Amino acid sequence: MREITYRQALNEALAEEIERDPNVFLMGEEVAEYNGAYKVSQGLLDRFGPTRIIDTPISENGFAGLGIGAAMVGLRPIVEFMTFSFSFVAFDQIVNNAPNMLTMSGGQFNVPITFRGPNGPAHQLGATHSHATECLYANVPGLKICTPATPRDAKGLLKTAVRDNNPVLVLECELFYSHKGLVEPEDEELLIPLGEAETKREGSDVTIISYAQTVPMALAAAENLAEEKINAEVIDLRSIKPLDWPRVFRSVTKTHRVVIAEQDRPFCGIGAEIAYRIQREIFDELDAPIMRVSQEDVPMPYNERLEKAVLPNTEKIIAAVKKIC
Amino acid sequence: MPRPEQRDEVEMLAMMLLIRRFEERASQQYQAQKIGGFCHLYIGQEAVVAGAVAAARPDDYLVTAYRDHAHALARGTSADACMAELFGKATGCSRGLGGSMHFFDKENHMYGGHAIVGAHVPLAAGMAFASKYRKEDRVTLCFFGDGAINQGGFHEALNLAGLFKLPVIFICENNFFAMGTSVKRSTSLEHVVDRAEGYDIPGEIVDGMNFREVRDKLSEIIVSIRKDPHPAFVEARTYRYRGHSMSDPASYRTKEELEKFRLDDPITRLRAQLTREGKLSNEQFGEIDKRAKEEALASVRFAEKSAQPPLEDLYKYTYLNGVEVDVSARNSSPSAGTAGKQERAGDTAAP
Repeated sequence: MREITYRQALNEALAEEIERDPNVFLMGEEVAEYNGAYKVSQGLLDRFGPTRIIDTPISENGFAGLGIGAAMVGLRPIVEFMTFSFSFVAFDQIVNNAPNMLTMSGGQFNVPITFRGPNGPAHQLGATHSHATECLYANVPGLKICTPATPRDAKGLLKTAVRDNNPVLVLECELFYSHKGLVEPEDEELLIPLGEAETKREGSDVTIISYAQTVPMALAAAENLAEEKINAEVIDLRSIKPLDWPRVFRSVTKTHRVVIAEQDRPFCGIGAEIAYRIQREIFDELDAPIMRVSQEDVPMPYNERLEKAVLPNTEKIIAAVKKIC
Repeated sequence: MPRPEQRDEVEMLAMMLLIRRFEERASQQYQAQKIGGFCHLYIGQEAVVAGAVAAARPDDYLVTAYRDHAHALARGTSADACMAELFGKATGCSRGLGGSMHFFDKENHMYGGHAIVGAHVPLAAGMAFASKYRKEDRVTLCFFGDGAINQGGFHEALNLAGLFKLPVIFICENNFFAMGTSVKRSTSLEHVVDRAEGYDIPGEIVDGMNFREVRDKLSEIIVSIRKDPHPAFVEARTYRYRGHSMSDPASYRTKEELEKFRLDDPITRLRAQLTREGKLSNEQFGEIDKRAKEEALASVRFAEKSAQPPLEDLYKYTYLNGVEVDVSARNSSPSAGTAGKQERAGDTAAP
């Protein structure tokens, strides 16, 4: 294992998949000559040339649709959105074309495309640039969604996404690009299956279900709670769809208490579905109501103090745990 | 004179007749409530798709909007598979899961039937992109109506096609009405074809009621694109005799206007040309028309007796299972056979 950044991990995943399969190419705004708005594609143009690393105009609907059309006839595009907040101008392509094609064609046309880019609130970007889109896209049958929180998961999940035969959204964490973490050596193939959560910390008193930005918050909360003799188990979902229900249910069956820490908004958020499934499947295992920590249900304010009030954080997770432990 | 690669004209006339007779049957079956959802007929516009298909190679990509029955038939999808699709049957060209607006036939290079106006134009750019990426000389034929030319996706796709020099022909089937709104009331330009100019894409107007004119113009463009990939735009002026969909009495148009175009009917016109040139007798025409009528009627019988898609297949095509890891298998067509592992949500009894 060696320590690399989340950004470097994504860069390695891109390079390895583009190298491996001539049908894979990367397309998006500023991915080539500018080396990526967040430098995720640094060096790829030099290495693979302009037929594989393709700059587009600011035209998300157009190039998302172009990618889907190319995927219908056998290419495996990786389409970068500069942020998933900009994916909304391509919403029709992502929601109506990519995931419907296989069903509408009676199984004749699958769409092996990867949409990737930063997702979720960053820092003081205001309402238009701060969307956590996972709950919106998770509502669409035919899409798969993963949310890597570590460099290792970023590399392993992105590589798997590129090889998947369906449209996959890789929702990266804008704030994590410079985070470091341990990843297998470059010569070792790293593929992490979609739909496999990871238990980041074993515990017995409460399960904190987290993903993406809330993973480090949940881990910090767990450390803090340990000092007060509350032993929290922390799960990183890693994939939102498919979701690793067996791991969730096993953990709750052990701890009997649940706090869901999600980076999206509360109404119809990811946590709403998880809470529903837990009560449906293992109602008798619950010793307390399921708690959720999410954003507040408001457009994101620019002001730093107000933004902090909107977002989930470690303190809010600790408070939620203490209400039920 | 037709070029050597162009399809036989009598054969194309037979195809146009099949399209018309098929859609007349579809209309009848829709009224008898055998067909659900929306149903948009192409009657009157047959020369556009027939002319384009006659000029193209069978493996050129073809993609269109929701008025798509004719495009599948022109590509060689059987009338049986088309009618069964309208009936929602498992034997339909999209296994009964697509319906009138979503006809697909991979084997015959029919890449859909897309029902969000303008949303398939970027897909066409993507298919053309794939041709160029793989250094193939396949051309993409992208059909859409005049209603699509004010959608963002259309403009973005034209810009990308112009920018990347993609081998795609944008074929606007201008029937002068986007549902009930005339081009005059929807478009800032007088001529639809002028949309292409802003993207530095060469544009042409053709008489969409004239099979030969459409075919010859398309042939010329296709030859040029195969030599050196680039986009092109063709505005084919045509007319749909029926309303926008089955529920539309088309009261926004005058009887006189409809009559004017009916007199210029594309089938009558090609028939007259062939007869005049001694290539088609009245008896032969009668025989071709009879066969088209029989095929259309037989397709109704086929659709009626075909089975419904099985309920247990409900989740079968939501995801294609498997992860592509075997490089040698990369170009083989995906088999969406294995049943989805996807769980069933909701509390209602799953089928």
